Amino acid sequence: MKEFKGRAIVPGDATFEAVVTKNGFNTLASMQMMNLQPKTKCNDQSNPDLYKQIIEKKALCLPLTIGSTTGGMFLFAAVKEGKAPACLLFSQTIDSLAAAGAVLADVWAEDDMPVYDQLGDDFLNYVANGDKVTIKPDGTVIVNK
Amino acid sequence: METKMVLTPEQQAILDGSKGETMAKVMKTMVNYGEIFGAEKMVPVTSEYGHLVLSFGLMFLGPVFDLYQELIDNGCLSAQKFTCDPRPYDPAVPQSPIAKAAAKVIYSKQGRYEKEMKQLGLLNDDSFTCTCYMPELGNVPKKGDVLSWAESSAVVYANSVLGARCNRNSGIIELFGSVCGYVPYFGFLTDEGRKATWVVKLETTKMPDAQILGSAIGMKVMEDVPYVYGLDKYLGNELNDAAKTYLKDFGAATASNGAVGLYHIDGLTPEAVELGDKLIAEGAKEYIITDEELQRVKDNYPCIWKDPNATPEMCFLGCPHMSLEQLKDWTAKLESGLAAAGNKKVSIPTVFTTSTPVLKEFKKLPEYKKLTDMGVVVSYICPLMYMDNPLCASKPVITSSNKLRTYTTSRYYSNDEILEMLTKGVK
Repeated sequence: MKEFKGRAIVPGDATFEAVVTKNGFNTLASMQMMNLQPKTKCNDQSNPDLYKQIIEKKALCLPLTIGSTTGGMFLFAAVKEGKAPACLLFSQTIDSLAAAGAVLADVWAEDDMPVYDQLGDDFLNYVANGDKVTIKPDGTVIVNK
Repeated sequence: METKMVLTPEQQAILDGSKGETMAKVMKTMVNYGEIFGAEKMVPVTSEYGHLVLSFGLMFLGPVFDLYQELIDNGCLSAQKFTCDPRPYDPAVPQSPIAKAAAKVIYSKQGRYEKEMKQLGLLNDDSFTCTCYMPELGNVPKKGDVLSWAESSAVVYANSVLGARCNRNSGIIELFGSVCGYVPYFGFLTDEGRKATWVVKLETTKMPDAQILGSAIGMKVMEDVPYVYGLDKYLGNELNDAAKTYLKDFGAATASNGAVGLYHIDGLTPEAVELGDKLIAEGAKEYIITDEELQRVKDNYPCIWKDPNATPEMCFLGCPHMSLEQLKDWTAKLESGLAAAGNKKVSIPTVFTTSTPVLKEFKKLPEYKKLTDMGVVVSYICPLMYMDNPLCASKPVITSSNKLRTYTTSRYYSNDEILEMLTKGVK
């Protein structure tokens, strides 16, 4: 078990299973087929860490998001449709596209998608697929192997 | 509502509901968004027009269209007219009957989307393009204008070539800025945020391919700001049509292969001309680009065709949309290339994409007939949206656009390689 401290942009208090990418998460490429899938899988062929893995209702651990400026609206739509990751845990400072998705979901959607950033490279190096990740409202993230 | 940001009385009143609950939520979204990045104030949007990234009625985006309808129902329309990214289909573009049927399902909300755009403030029916900043379109911001735009290739062009100020906004956020008239002051809106944290030195023996150079820089600096030395040797010191066209494609590659929102070209782009190396931040990192480095970058592009040895079946050029200069230039090159090879038409179905206003201008020129007689279709379509149709994505498509390569299954070749394939035949 290891504890990390980040910034709670949209706070939460829950435990989820981790799915991890060390590459930038291309939101459009990853999620554009989400409504054709029973559970949202990463559809980005350029991301070997995540390709074809289920990301829906998982704690998505990532450095930052990359790609099209449609990114925030896809995250927002995914939260509204119940097809989004359970939470987003960024090792770096959140990028403007993911930040838009976080805020849009927080203000305009009924369901929550907690978002934490600035968890550090150690967090991304430590956490692995299948770990249990507990998030606390003060920005604490606890990873259980 | 209390904020960390210091708001003007008018902004605070909007946040507190003076213009209704929906407008208050729009303002709350923009304030919360800015506070994530430490913005201390909201500033007015000063450009004449906005630009939106959403251009397609994708079936999966119902919640976005519901949100836009909520804005319309509550009178929260854009305070400025705006242009939008290109449409996802065009009957002129070759497509199998089954792929056409699939496109109708995938983009089944196109009618609803376009109706909403008109109600919210679309400039006109010809306003669908990613190159809204071309003079034929008229959405050309002035240096120093504050924008609320999205579309990565348009934002990087507006910031770098025009000297406007715009963050890499997401879709919806860009519309919200145009609706409430304010954007949070951070990032590329500030002088500090426009400083270069990378110095790129060009040491090639010839003018680099814009698409590969942009790709190399994008992948190296990611979201940082590069200051590029040595490119003015090839592009000159005047932002003429040729230089602007080069920078359009260069910038799109930096923005899609990385996440660049602003670059400076020494001796050429407006802030570099004005401020020179004062734009370079202390401790900036260095990246030297040689012929070998560009070759390494190109050789590392993956081919994700189902059969990497397949014979190309289609070619797309124009992502971002081509300029009038590019359409004329390609017409001349194809004409001489086909004549030299003893051929009359291009070897595979080929689509050049451009905005409707540029296409209208091009149709007035003799080159239009020459190009179409050679078998090329000129369309306003978004090739990226075309390729997002799974039935089109399974085809071996070639392109010289690094953006299209990045987001789709298409395979990258340089302009020279594509010219050879189109004129002499594909293998």
